[in-house]
Amino acid sequence: MRAMSIWEYANPKRFIATTSPLIPWVLGLSLALIGTALVWGFFFTPDDFRQGSTVKIIYLHVPSAMMAINAWIMMLVASLIWLVRRHHVSALAARAAAPVGIVMTLIALFTGAVWGQPMWGTWWVWDPRLTSFLILFLFYLGYVALWEAIEDPDTAADLTSVLCIVGSVFAVLSRYAVLFWNQGLHQGATFSLDAETNIDPVFWWPAVISMAGFVGLFVALVLVRTQTEIRARRMKALLARARRAGAGEARA
Amino acid sequence: MKALLLRDIRLAVRAGGGFGLGLAFFLIVVVLVPFGVGPEAAVLTRIAPGILWVAALLAALLSLDRIFALDWEDGALPLLATSPLPLEALALVKAVAHWITTGLPLTLAAPALGFLLNLEPGAYGWLLASLALGTPALSMIGTFGAALTVGLKRGGLLLSLLVLPLYVPTLIFGAEAVRRGAEGLEAGVPLMLMAGITFGALALLPFAAAAALRVNLR
Repeated sequence: MRAMSIWEYANPKRFIATTSPLIPWVLGLSLALIGTALVWGFFFTPDDFRQGSTVKIIYLHVPSAMMAINAWIMMLVASLIWLVRRHHVSALAARAAAPVGIVMTLIALFTGAVWGQPMWGTWWVWDPRLTSFLILFLFYLGYVALWEAIEDPDTAADLTSVLCIVGSVFAVLSRYAVLFWNQGLHQGATFSLDAETNIDPVFWWPAVISMAGFVGLFVALVLVRTQTEIRARRMKALLARARRAGAGEARA
Repeated sequence: MKALLLRDIRLAVRAGGGFGLGLAFFLIVVVLVPFGVGPEAAVLTRIAPGILWVAALLAALLSLDRIFALDWEDGALPLLATSPLPLEALALVKAVAHWITTGLPLTLAAPALGFLLNLEPGAYGWLLASLALGTPALSMIGTFGAALTVGLKRGGLLLSLLVLPLYVPTLIFGAEAVRRGAEGLEAGVPLMLMAGITFGALALLPFAAAAALRVNLR
């Protein structure tokens, strides 16, 4: 027997069969993690001595911001796999991840605005990090719009993959261009593994649990959406076949 | 390649539409700005570099969907694709033709419009240099976007949505160079970074555009 390889899951049937029992577990675990982190973070951590209780928004802000970027990276990897090995599940997973990424970007922008209002005295500043996220949001919009605009699924998968790769390069360029353009208010990273000054451990644990929960939530959502895409495409094919059969009978 | 370039330029100039339209659009946007923000000279001087760059960018955007659409409609694009010329070269030639018919006139017209916006005297050189170096990137990125959307019926609006985020780095460095020039600061660094983007785009994006064209011609 041939050794199991990860590419076995490129078969849509096997993908659905394998992931269906996993989804409830991943989803349940991620929701439990997020719930634990939020309850712990909101009620059992002290207020920051300068920011007061507003500091607690990081349990939503940081994980969603992290996932907004990681979703794009996942789309990039899935696009590359589609272009190289032409597995349909990969293309559909990239398509499925995009709206989740959009929502994560919006959550990050929204929670940032809510926090920025009392802290910086403004909902929005043209700070490099904020601006980069807004640009990332635009990239997501273009990507989704291109998927929606093209009817033939393989053409759409090819073109969006090319766009995703080119877009990634320009997204990174924009990030550094924006940094050059304006130095901002947003604080530096406080969750780095190698930084000298990190966030206090009191806040660190719930935040990390929340991040793990968001990763799980993202995985679960992408799996569900990928399954939906596979089924939608299968249904389209069946309908088309039924139409053809109907047309043949009418002629006969 | 040369024949194709000349053909494209001739078509753009003679077949009406694209050529003068971009310039007229550029002029109108620049004229509209003072109506929007008020005629105060100090305010206009401050925002002139940014307005000129954004207006030039929008004017270049206007004619992007014509890069491949006409050849697609009359069936010339598949013929060009089967010619000995590689598709990568075709994409590059198309971008160059687009630049000569829009980017170059925009660059040359920009100083005249700078007077309208009361641009700082020291900034004219930087404006010319940054537009001359930056508009080829706009054309090349736009050619890539046009190649992505060539098969679509209403691709125009989608094209802008795809291309505008890709224009961000060019715009930032271009406008920054002019702004620093206007304030008498060192403007060479943003100019060089923008030139880097332009040459990088010219070197790499023909391949992406050709890949998109191949998919659309399949």
